[in-house]
Amino acid sequence: MSSARDDILARVRAANATQRAEPGAVPRTYLRHAPGIDPADRAAVLALFAERLVEYGATVHRVRSADVAAVLAAALPEGSAVVPGGFPAPWLAEWTGAVIADTPPLPAGRLDTVDAVVTTCAAAIADSGTLVLDGGPGQGRRAATLLPDLHLCVVQADQVVSSIPEAIGALNPRRPLTWISGPSATADIEMIRVQGVHGPRRLTVVLVEG
Amino acid sequence: MRTALFVTCLNDGLFPRSGQATVKLLRRLGVEVEFPPAQSCCGQMHWNTGYRAETARLAAHFVKVFGEYDAVVVPSASCGGMPGEAYERAAETVGDAGLARAVRELAPRVHELTGFLTDVLDVEDVGAYFPHRVTYHPTCHSLRAAPVGARPYRLLRAVAGIEFIELPAQEECCGFGGTFSVKNPAVSGAMNADKARHVLETGASVLAAVDNSCLMNIGGRLAKDGHTVRTMHLAEILARTRADGPVLDLPHSTRELTR
Amino acid sequence: MSRTFVGWPAFPQAAAVATRDAQLRANVARATGTIRAKRAKLVAERPDWEELRDSAAALKDDVLTHLDTYLLQVEEKVTAAGGTVHWARDAAEANRIVTDLVRATGEREIVKVKSMLTEEIGLDNALAAAGIDARETDLAAAIVQLGDDLPSHVVVPALHRNRAEIRDIFVREMGRHGRPAPEGLSDDPPQLAEAARLHMREKFLKAKVAVSGANFLVAETGTAVVVESEGNGRMCLTLADTLITLVGLEKVVPTWRDLEVFLQLLARNATGERMAPYTTTWTGTTPGDGPQTFHLVLVDNGRTRALADEVGRQALRCIRCGACMNICPVYERTGGQSYGSVYPGPIGAILNPLLKGLDDPQTASLPYASSLCGACNDVCPVRIRFTDVLLELRHQVAEGDAKVKHPGEKAALRAVGAVMEHPAAWNAAIRAAGKAGPLIPKKKLPKPLSGWTDSRIVPGIPKESFRAWWERTDGGTE
Ligand code: SF4
Repeated sequence: MSSARDDILARVRAANATQRAEPGAVPRTYLRHAPGIDPADRAAVLALFAERLVEYGATVHRVRSADVAAVLAAALPEGSAVVPGGFPAPWLAEWTGAVIADTPPLPAGRLDTVDAVVTTCAAAIADSGTLVLDGGPGQGRRAATLLPDLHLCVVQADQVVSSIPEAIGALNPRRPLTWISGPSATADIEMIRVQGVHGPRRLTVVLVEG
Repeated sequence: MRTALFVTCLNDGLFPRSGQATVKLLRRLGVEVEFPPAQSCCGQMHWNTGYRAETARLAAHFVKVFGEYDAVVVPSASCGGMPGEAYERAAETVGDAGLARAVRELAPRVHELTGFLTDVLDVEDVGAYFPHRVTYHPTCHSLRAAPVGARPYRLLRAVAGIEFIELPAQEECCGFGGTFSVKNPAVSGAMNADKARHVLETGASVLAAVDNSCLMNIGGRLAKDGHTVRTMHLAEILARTRADGPVLDLPHSTRELTR
Repeated sequence: MSRTFVGWPAFPQAAAVATRDAQLRANVARATGTIRAKRAKLVAERPDWEELRDSAAALKDDVLTHLDTYLLQVEEKVTAAGGTVHWARDAAEANRIVTDLVRATGEREIVKVKSMLTEEIGLDNALAAAGIDARETDLAAAIVQLGDDLPSHVVVPALHRNRAEIRDIFVREMGRHGRPAPEGLSDDPPQLAEAARLHMREKFLKAKVAVSGANFLVAETGTAVVVESEGNGRMCLTLADTLITLVGLEKVVPTWRDLEVFLQLLARNATGERMAPYTTTWTGTTPGDGPQTFHLVLVDNGRTRALADEVGRQALRCIRCGACMNICPVYERTGGQSYGSVYPGPIGAILNPLLKGLDDPQTASLPYASSLCGACNDVCPVRIRFTDVLLELRHQVAEGDAKVKHPGEKAALRAVGAVMEHPAAWNAAIRAAGKAGPLIPKKKLPKPLSGWTDSRIVPGIPKESFRAWWERTDGGTE
């Protein structure tokens, strides 16, 4: 008896053997950068990124690096926050809440009781208002950025690219990636957008410029 | 330029006035059309229902009747589109390479009426006079399959005395779809009801289009509900001149009255 | 056992019932109207929209042409990354594979991310038969599951329900499957979403096994991609110990970079967003992060049948954005269930016959569930030419090897055609029609044309045809 694998591959080959037309080359004439702005104009890229995030309902703080600690202290809740390994400690110097380390990995039930999570990111995309996390230093494993109700992400200005095509080449698909474009949301009821379902209901982005 | 009129079977039997208007209009613009009497049907109903062998036979008939002309004018976007969209594939299905070649050669010479006016004759103001409130439904075929674009609107807006009103949700299908209206009468009727409602919303006394099939559908609904909105092929509007005066039993456009 | 589409009536009958349901019509029209407006605005934002569509269509055609190579590449990469790849010829085999995998874990309740493929193969019922309760976690999918309803849309399966109906389902059913709906729940959408959050959360936290579909599967890297909004996808893909992902063969894209095309098209066209809130991509397993056991099930279930159809195979480009149903005037009036399949609307009208064949009356009625208006052609991100495929499928019924046949129609159209080809006969017929005009009942045509006069009258046949006028007046010159 032949295996399902062999059968399916044989069916695929049989189906394709009867086709007359060989498809042509794949055209790639779409834009490589965000439309409407000059990708070399960093101020425009950062402004677009912030604008998109705000449209999604995220809170955005644009700060100088000297002010990150103060801004985080104000933006984080009183209670507790998961802080992944590799997140720069000085940024939390002024916050008085409880730092929760995820080592050894916390059970999901425990993560669910933490008020916030603070992370860095691997890349950010202006055109779509997207943060990409790849589990690298300061980003933690995926469960840790999912269960707390507030996700605060610190983005360095030089991490922000204008478009998805610019970002994708720099990302490593072997790592588990989470692309976040605004807080969790649904439009499943009468196509009306409701913000905040299962993922973090609030998203705060601290954009560090200079 | 030897020009033939392909009046279409529907217009021949049910809407001869549209064919007469086309002849009158073209004559006014200096084009004497011939009417080859052997013509019948483009085969659209067969094609759309899947009968390709039959379509190929009617395509061959079409080539026989019209093959010698320099231009064929058709007062219908959907019938006028058949030679370009369907005949070659129908010929291939029955394995008739000669027919496929013949229709490929003939198709570019087949023109839907508004395209013939604006692109071949290069006119927009055809000297028409029609002092009534008119709305226009862009039929699916004229909108998407063989797009005539803004041509009908340009022609209509150039008509003297006309009061033109945009039809709400105009891009939506009226629900005719040929055999669709018979195979799926409930959905077709529901689509048509919405189209008729939009027509009434405009307050127009005339609904125009470039396909009498769709007008027959919408008009059938309007009449069934007792409304007096009249459906007219665009050619019938463009054919009228000041010498004809207003259409007697239609209300005047308000614009004309305030002039 | 929950409800299925088995034994569903043919489209005209189902649609006739649906079009009389004023509530359904209002719900569907409101939802599709909203989404159409959102989409139009976001699409207008992209000056390169048509170029993106060109690339997407060409990429998918490349996938289909080299599908065997890409599938083997997927298998190799996923296996190398710690996953296990399974192949399923049909629904029964896919269900058996998943059931065995879940059984081996000993779990009785598992969580699911919305997946049209698992709906297509009836996985929930198959698992239920094995004593395994698979809970849907996407809000709309959960509304359908809790209400023992059937899906009506590929993106929003509960699109046919309004807020009041959803509230009633939550109040009635949530308690029977876990945490009940909060006291005094209103039909305010944020409150309903909150009720779903609370109900699901306890399930996410204790689930050991999750089942998902995938929007894309990258051949080059073996990476699976899930695009979602609520975070239920992330919960399932991240918190479970074992993840079972079912993917139709056609979901492959060649390279990682190709995602830049599809990710820019999908959300914009589906929900009118630049990106959906969450996109998760993963390759096999990652130590210390997410499920440590990963199974990928590659499912045929008719896809190779569709692939063999020269015209129809383009339906396999579909990325399930739902835009074709949102724009469809037929869908707007019938809702999705009339199509008798988890794939409704224009894509359903072509995909179901291609997957299953035109051998039963329900499936064979679908290619006729269209007025051929072509609105779907214009919105499809992968440029599926629905009208071409619909005509091809009708041809297969009319003159091809479909088992369903319409002999009466064929005879009638053949007879009409024969008259049309013969000038003398046609000339006589047109003249006879003018004479018969007064005899034709304008308000009630006989079968099979009676549907026409249900909502319209028949135009009067003029006494003088165009050809008679031409002859009498010498082309209007006399
Ligand atoms: S067929 Fe095209 S428009 Fe319809 S769901 Fe699929 S991708 Fe979207």
